[in-house]
Amino acid sequence: MPGYHSPMGNSPLEVKVISKRFGLPNSSSLDVFVQHDGYQALKKALAVKPEDVINEVKNSGLRGRGGAGFNTGMKWSFVPKQSAKPKYVVCNADESEPGTCKDRPLMEYDPHQLIEGIVIAGYAIQSHQGFIYVRGEYRYLLDIVDKALAEAYAAGFLGKNIQGSGFDFDLCTHTGAGAYECGEETALLNSLEGLRGYPRIKPPFPAVVGLYGGPTVVNNVETLSNVPHILLNGADWYSKLGSPKNGGTRLFCLSGHIARPGVYELPMGFPLRRIIEEVGGGVLGGKKLKAVIPGGSSCPVLTADEIDVNMDYDSVAKAGSMLGSGGVVVLDEDTCMVKLAGRIMRFYAHESCGWCIPCREGTSWLKHLFDRFHGGAALANDPDTALDVSMNILGKTLCPLGDAAAMPTISILKKFRHEFEEHIKLGYCPYEKTVVMSEK
Amino acid sequence: MLSDSLLKKFDQLIARYPLKRSAMVPLLLYAQDEVGHVSEEVIAEVARRVEVRPIEVVEVIGYYSMLHRHPVGKYNVQVCTNISCMLRGADEVFEHCCKKLGIKNKQTTPDGLFSLEEVECLGACCGAPAMQINYDFYENLTPEKFDALIEELKKKEPRSKM
Repeated sequence: MPGYHSPMGNSPLEVKVISKRFGLPNSSSLDVFVQHDGYQALKKALAVKPEDVINEVKNSGLRGRGGAGFNTGMKWSFVPKQSAKPKYVVCNADESEPGTCKDRPLMEYDPHQLIEGIVIAGYAIQSHQGFIYVRGEYRYLLDIVDKALAEAYAAGFLGKNIQGSGFDFDLCTHTGAGAYECGEETALLNSLEGLRGYPRIKPPFPAVVGLYGGPTVVNNVETLSNVPHILLNGADWYSKLGSPKNGGTRLFCLSGHIARPGVYELPMGFPLRRIIEEVGGGVLGGKKLKAVIPGGSSCPVLTADEIDVNMDYDSVAKAGSMLGSGGVVVLDEDTCMVKLAGRIMRFYAHESCGWCIPCREGTSWLKHLFDRFHGGAALANDPDTALDVSMNILGKTLCPLGDAAAMPTISILKKFRHEFEEHIKLGYCPYEKTVVMSEK
Repeated sequence: MLSDSLLKKFDQLIARYPLKRSAMVPLLLYAQDEVGHVSEEVIAEVARRVEVRPIEVVEVIGYYSMLHRHPVGKYNVQVCTNISCMLRGADEVFEHCCKKLGIKNKQTTPDGLFSLEEVECLGACCGAPAMQINYDFYENLTPEKFDALIEELKKKEPRSKM
């Protein structure tokens, strides 16, 4: 029963662009890919000027699907045209944001779509080498992607003089070995250079000084998988799929207390309430909704009253959270928010690389505070202390991991303060109705 | 002694990069798969191959949670208890795993067959609760499913008399 079957949702509300080939038999093979528009976008791209490709992607409104949501074409345009050092394209497949499992099916079911996107990106910035940095736990995906790479080389979609265009591009996989921090682009570059995955000080940004000191574009798997469709169908078509300035579709990973968990492709800007109620079939077991984490554990939580929001970068930001990585985690009425805050913090304390003191110390302090708190030894000023520590992590670290730890914590402390008060009053967790001392 | 096929794989991996050092983590991981852990011999060989000092390899190993400097069980049971799994009962599943195997977090059974580790998000959130045994994913776990799987693995092992 080893489950090499990433969970895919199936809803009539889906708009399938990057997941359109997922259901096909043998969808990861070159033959099936080519039979379904595969590598047509690459041929189209190679026939126009690199800057035209960049402009097309820029105009499509495609924004980074890793979490930050920066305009992809814009990011590419920051790469200098002339460079003494080689330029690189690095695909970030180090998917590890809790609640996120979308890059996995993209590589499992359609690796050629990703490869095509990477070669187009390489052509756009005139790079000749790329790497796909896959998280170590996704070993079986390395086999699938490596096989696809070999097929692409054999068919002349990679290597020297691709499709007679005179453009050369080499691409290979690289495996990580377990580190959330390496999903941050500069930490990823250090890791790829065989160093500890510490973040780099920015600026300079990777677009100017990146891998081996050369200009480098780092893009997420989902971002790059979108690129062929933009080239094939046009920027206008793509941007109209989503809401203004938020082009295209998005893979949403529905997990937690939801009736039908799964990865669903929906238009950017699809309402969160409908994602939960219609796409996911509502809260598991017909219970009441308490809160939603809209885009992976780094995002501030939204309460049940705040879910009337359209799921695009700008609307979710306006609602005080982030679209993030697309990991929608649903929490029912019986979830202890103190326990959740503690579990989230335990993750960040484990993953903090230790480079910046506010993050290294702050996440550990908060982990201990929440564990003690949930364990029945809450002190009256603990919520304020936790808020104070969080505010002293926020914005005070080199990479976003510190912010990622602080943001959900602050939102839980503020929006669910009453749950903390209740723990203090009772001396135990009102949900577990017993004193739970964690050994962790 | 590292196998010839592994050493050949080392050469192939190193050739991928403009800088040999880049191959360090992949080499360590594949060597670990063969040896069972990152032994002193592995460290020395990888250091020699990527042309760094052994201490620099040790420095890198300490950063990555999947690299082990000490032997772990033949079957490394890694249970995710991060949020999506926690909400679907991962804590209870993990507790059950401890009981079933008779060991706690980061321990190995006396016969060297199973290790147990509580891990962070595996990227199987929609199939929560989930775990990996070595590199294989198991999703929608229940105590019953876990027991059946462990029994199946034990049956494969002649040295286990349980």
